[in-house]
Amino acid sequence: MSDVTVRTGARQPPGALLRRARDAFLRRREASVLVVAIGLVVYFQVATPIFLTTDNLRNIAQATAPTAIVAVGIVFLLVSGEIDISVGMVAALAPYLMHYAIDLYGVAAVPAVVLALAISALIGLANGLITTRLRVPSFVTTLGMFYLLYGILLTTSHAYPVAVPEAAKGRLQAWLGGADWATLIWCLAIVATFHIVLTRTRWGLHTISVGGNLHGATEAGIRVNRIKVGNFMLVSVLGALAGLMEAFRINSIDPNIGGGTRITFTAIAAAVIGGTALAGGSGTVAGALIGMFVLAVLQNGFNLIGVSANPFFLIQGAAILFSMIANQYLSRLRRRGGN
Amino acid sequence: MAAEALRVEGVEKRFGALTVLRDVNLRVDRGEVLGLLGDNGAGKSTLINVICGFHRPDAGRLLVDGTEVTLRSVDHARSLGIDTVYQDLALINELSVYHNMFLNRERRIGPLLNNRLMRRLATEHLRDMGVDIPDVTVDAAKLSGGQRQAVAVARSVYSDARILLLDEPLAAMGAKEATIILDLVSDLKARGDMAIVIIAHNYAQALQVCDRVNVLQQGRITFDRPTADTSVTELTELMVPGYRNRRGARHDPRAEGA
Repeated sequence: MSDVTVRTGARQPPGALLRRARDAFLRRREASVLVVAIGLVVYFQVATPIFLTTDNLRNIAQATAPTAIVAVGIVFLLVSGEIDISVGMVAALAPYLMHYAIDLYGVAAVPAVVLALAISALIGLANGLITTRLRVPSFVTTLGMFYLLYGILLTTSHAYPVAVPEAAKGRLQAWLGGADWATLIWCLAIVATFHIVLTRTRWGLHTISVGGNLHGATEAGIRVNRIKVGNFMLVSVLGALAGLMEAFRINSIDPNIGGGTRITFTAIAAAVIGGTALAGGSGTVAGALIGMFVLAVLQNGFNLIGVSANPFFLIQGAAILFSMIANQYLSRLRRRGGN
Repeated sequence: MAAEALRVEGVEKRFGALTVLRDVNLRVDRGEVLGLLGDNGAGKSTLINVICGFHRPDAGRLLVDGTEVTLRSVDHARSLGIDTVYQDLALINELSVYHNMFLNRERRIGPLLNNRLMRRLATEHLRDMGVDIPDVTVDAAKLSGGQRQAVAVARSVYSDARILLLDEPLAAMGAKEATIILDLVSDLKARGDMAIVIIAHNYAQALQVCDRVNVLQQGRITFDRPTADTSVTELTELMVPGYRNRRGARHDPRAEGA
């Protein structure tokens, strides 16, 4: 008999079934953060009756959706063993790219949006090629890219916000974040799609393989660099989309969208809290959404019950540390436990 | 005599001024298990890399099934049925056994993985090969060393490998674990169409399944004999550093005294 065989059967103490059910639940990566999310919703609803009103839910959705979209890309990149800290700057730059295309070069609105996304994909391509071909660690590559894009952004925009171009207003703006719930619908669609991509497609399987065992993946004939570069491009495009949608929602193109590093770090925090390992090889898209939801609910709930926003970061920091420690414990549990 | 599967003729490999392999000749037949023994730095890894298409030899030639081939890449070698199983690199811990079995050869329905089919095929194939994995949905991380290696070998066989190189399959493995692999190799040998090369440090264990033993020393094959005609003692004496430089003594180490 092998070591893997599960010790089922004969005589189980009464609590065992319950414990097995609990373990099976905990073994789902999203489980712990889902429990936290539900707990927070219950707590804030008890603490303040307006928490679950439509208006407030819209606030939470608006705080969750753009960063959750970025977090989807971050999950793919973290799972494949890399990181991108320049994505927040891509989010800030993309609306300007659209603005330049429309207002300076007379491009029509839809092609301008496509162009902004395409240029962002090229930024991701550059990040990916520098990391994989020139073997610069992705943290350093994207740190450099962050400042490079920041410089381009400030130089070309003179650090002034601009209005959303007239040509882009109307239906396009409504679809891309201007309308109520538009960003949330995009976010849910993207999360659902990429959850399936990560768990049910070849790309997802290879992304996990590359992050889990680079040599093994190479041995199996997987083109590991292509996977990594593709995921760098995915993050950048999703970052650009999130930036464009924020611009359309607040009806202004602002160099401070995402606050420079804020959107990046919040997205990484959401991914990590949701159960994605920084070391690569494992992660969950749905977990990142829930992780982002938790962070948004925390900030929103604090506001509602009148607690100063200042301790929010304290909580966020503690949440990241706690979830990383919990992840360590849970992955041991996953490895040890049966099926 | 069984059909010849792989022949290495006069292979030489240099890295700059360093000659790692010189005039290496090696042959393995279908249904045969060849043990390739050698100390660290003897050139074992380089020789494997030449056979599996990673390195191009500077001289000499390779024949697969009697036909000369120039291996362009590892993938090319694999398409000719030559596959290498490395102990540590073989599996992705984070993936289930059946995903590992089908890694980069996934069965799909449209863009989606056909997990049900892969689970079924993996279960059947492992059972056919006598590999005892109770549940193919467990992550590879949960397998023991012997099971990992067995799954990796099963994967190679499933992808039509007919010349299998096992790199240190028994290293750091307990006796019970090693049995899993040795049994698997015996089964494959019994099929008659596989040629297997076991690269090993620990020749005591390797001798149990090998039909023939080659020893690689300083880039040359210095010893080639059926397992029945040699012994652990003889091989040990051969490999002891003091004997290395006295090649003339290799056919009868005892004559040199200790």
